[in-house]
Amino acid sequence: MGWLYLITLVLGIGLWAAAAALAANTLVPSPQAVVVAAWQVIGDGSLLNNTLASLGRVVSGFLLGVALAIPAGFLMGWYWLARGLVEPWVQFLRTVPPLALIPLVIVVLGIGEDAKIFVIFLAAFLSCVLASYQGVRNVDNTLVNAARVLGAGDWTIFHRVVVPASLPFIFVGMRVALGSSWATLVASELIAAPSGLGRMMQVATQFLQTDRIVVGIFMIGLLGFAMDRMLLWAERRLTSWQEVRQ
Amino acid sequence: MTPAISVRSATKVYISQRGETVSLDRVSLDVAQGEFVTLVGPSGCGKSTMLNLIAGLLMPTSGEVLVEGRRVTGPGPDRGVIFQQYALFPWLTAQENVEFGLRLQNLGREERTERAQHYLRLVGLQDFARALPKELSGGMKQRCAIARAYAVNPSLLLMDEPFGALDALTRVQMQDDLLGTWQQERKTVVFITHDVDEAVYLANRVVVMSPRPGRISEVIDVPLPYPRNDDLRLSPEFAEIRARVWRGVHHRDGIAPAHHHP
Repeated sequence: MGWLYLITLVLGIGLWAAAAALAANTLVPSPQAVVVAAWQVIGDGSLLNNTLASLGRVVSGFLLGVALAIPAGFLMGWYWLARGLVEPWVQFLRTVPPLALIPLVIVVLGIGEDAKIFVIFLAAFLSCVLASYQGVRNVDNTLVNAARVLGAGDWTIFHRVVVPASLPFIFVGMRVALGSSWATLVASELIAAPSGLGRMMQVATQFLQTDRIVVGIFMIGLLGFAMDRMLLWAERRLTSWQEVRQ
Repeated sequence: MTPAISVRSATKVYISQRGETVSLDRVSLDVAQGEFVTLVGPSGCGKSTMLNLIAGLLMPTSGEVLVEGRRVTGPGPDRGVIFQQYALFPWLTAQENVEFGLRLQNLGREERTERAQHYLRLVGLQDFARALPKELSGGMKQRCAIARAYAVNPSLLLMDEPFGALDALTRVQMQDDLLGTWQQERKTVVFITHDVDEAVYLANRVVVMSPRPGRISEVIDVPLPYPRNDDLRLSPEFAEIRARVWRGVHHRDGIAPAHHHP
């Protein structure tokens, strides 16, 4: 399959080059122009700085969201009181795209890091909490009983039984969470940010530097893809104990 | 001597939307130290409920359960439970499964490993210490679960149809292995089955239960010597006790034994 991927890559770039050459509009960037622009932003260090700024936000918001979603899902799965108190809010907020909160968040928290991380955190939390809740509900009760009769208390059951048993569900939630974190990040940087890939593209728009915008698009795609692969790799490693159902 | 287990007039009622189900109705039973008791009866006779009450996984609606003279208020490592569905933690290796309960007793790493390996050897799984449950056969999984229960050194073993999911040949082998281990360690065992042969072959005493509501209908002594073996399985004494248990289990439903297989 590797060779097929290579062919489609070459074909796609060829088509793009042809389209750019044929277009009367000089603002459609050619692959060569994009490479030159990429070289410039790599050379002056701005690509690295902006990428690190974006990555820092996405990783901290995502990790916070996931770290809170797992225990929240556990509480919802085990205690009817927690479920009753939390679930209506989760279900309601889930239907509001996190982007819709950005105007309010910017007014309240400003355009600094807090605002970005908060919105990303919310996006990640909401995507992940229901998955981990489902995971907890699906934990085989016999396993919980097996741990209890061996002397395990609630905390041991949580981190040594419930978390590993619901890991397959949690990973599905984490991958969705990563996608929505990333989308939310770029959007929030496009609206207002001192740095970041979204900011870089926003500035480039003002100077009609479409080649730089494309560099930003590629960077966002590559990073999102790389992070998704990393999660997939971790998922395969950590859940390889599952019996494969036919 | 205090009985190992004393169930006193225990009643368990389940309440659902369709009303109340009396799973156990004022059941009393004493089990002596070191005794091997099997509970046999059709589904719905409350045998699993009784086991769960002793394990502390369920609480009686009324009455009480004493273990070593103390009232049961919850599960504890003094009572090992072996489930029909094995209940091994699928993300842990055989050895890590056996070590699970040892960790909770704050044993040092070395002692944990040593004890886990000892019990894996006891059940013949020493070569599979690093295997995940998905790599083990049904019989091996159950052996591992037995090793896990033994490792924390409980004084009681509660077994809920542990061999129910195994094929007939493995089952007979597991019965012999279990008796072998029991004779070495002399723990008190309560063993649930709906297989009459199994009930008689293993037990000092067979407790026959009947459903709706769950009650003990008969207690039959099995005065056959241990170690038991295939000759005993085919002996007339065995057949006689087996027939008594059979009638005890089946006569209430009016099913003729000849048309039924265990």
